[in-house]
Amino acid sequence: MSEETFNNQPSMPSSKALILTLGMIAMMSGLLVVLTYQLTKPIIEKNKQEALQKAITSVLPDAAVSKSYQLDENGLTLLEEGQTANDEKNAVYAGYDAAGNLSGLAMVSSARGYQDIVKVLYGYNLNTRGVIGITVLQSTETPGLGDKISSDPGFLANFEGDGLDVGLNEDGSQVINKIHTVKNGQKENPWQIDGISGATVTSTAVGAGLGESTSRMLPLLNKFKDALPAQLQQ
Amino acid sequence: MVKDPRLPDPLSWQTFSVGLWKENPVFVMLLGLCPVLAVTNTAMNALAMGLATTFVLVCSGVIVSLLRKVIPKQVRIASYIIIIATFVTITDYAIQAISLDLYKALGAFIQLIVVNCVILGRAEGYASKNPLANAFINALGMGVGFTFALLCLGVVREVLGSGSLFGIDLFGSSFQPWAVFVLPPGGFFVLAFWLFVFAVFRKRQQRIKTAQQEVADAA
Repeated sequence: MSEETFNNQPSMPSSKALILTLGMIAMMSGLLVVLTYQLTKPIIEKNKQEALQKAITSVLPDAAVSKSYQLDENGLTLLEEGQTANDEKNAVYAGYDAAGNLSGLAMVSSARGYQDIVKVLYGYNLNTRGVIGITVLQSTETPGLGDKISSDPGFLANFEGDGLDVGLNEDGSQVINKIHTVKNGQKENPWQIDGISGATVTSTAVGAGLGESTSRMLPLLNKFKDALPAQLQQ
Repeated sequence: MVKDPRLPDPLSWQTFSVGLWKENPVFVMLLGLCPVLAVTNTAMNALAMGLATTFVLVCSGVIVSLLRKVIPKQVRIASYIIIIATFVTITDYAIQAISLDLYKALGAFIQLIVVNCVILGRAEGYASKNPLANAFINALGMGVGFTFALLCLGVVREVLGSGSLFGIDLFGSSFQPWAVFVLPPGGFFVLAFWLFVFAVFRKRQQRIKTAQQEVADAA
């Protein structure tokens, strides 16, 4: 077909014309893309903030306001609005209730699931020293099987009440019992997650991620807890 | 039906309806099957994907038609790809701005609209040879046809696979969803089913037409 069209051309246009046309089209295209980017950027940022805020409220039911911190070996630092932690894994979101009291912390854990990384935001209750809720931030797990981690009532029951026990040892240098997932129906201890049959890999990944994150972050948090205000300053 | 494809089409109802039925991109031309199979696990995803594709189809059709006398034949494909990619990027940002949840659900398939053969096919096969109004209406028809096809799959898969429609629960908690329908194999099953239905329809129509022809000839 293309041969036929080429034969119909009376003469080959100069390469200058070709380059000029492509250049013009590319320039117009660039202009349009940049324009859209500029127009939508603030809205997308706002959406992302709202999504994060919603996720924080879902794992810390009492939280009305949240402050972002970055926690690593160098200490706990408050992040200004618009700033993000150097690594998502080091971000700590402190939730304050309507009266301005610290109600809990939300942190991000991630581990490899069946398809890809499963990223989970979990809530940590400072009083009961337990993981009291999770919400899935990123997952491409099989719909109908792996995505049960956000809907299966038996699985979510793991985080009810006092939550998963992540108490620290006496000097606060490590978590006594690391969180892990056991087979469905074999949960015996408060630091074990009752897995989902049919979503074994994904529920194990959630357990592994939580175990890794809590055993790394909580001792650090204990070390730098003085930097975390218990009351929100107005 | 045989006519020189280089001649512009006269503008008629046909210009629009051809995409709905006779040349439906999915059920007749079997083009763009990748999003058809991948993002039709819920009716909402199917609708969003259909609308996004329609937007790109219409915008690129309009621009290609406007520039059809400016673009030299030798660089036409490259130009079409740039034009299509521009609108895909715009759609990508727009969907992120409208709803992040939707953006997550559609995943990489928004960006992949750029390689959807329906769009390049329309640009090369129709918009580049026809005036603005024709290109616009034809692209709109194709887009509606594509959306319709996606919805056909999405509705069946969501109802059977999740027991809901557009996120609204239909059967209550006693319904055991048929999970295979939201999984990839379900996409193939439902697509095959619809192709079968449409093939039967077309066969029947053809038979009626020949019968009528015979009657007319006899008379």
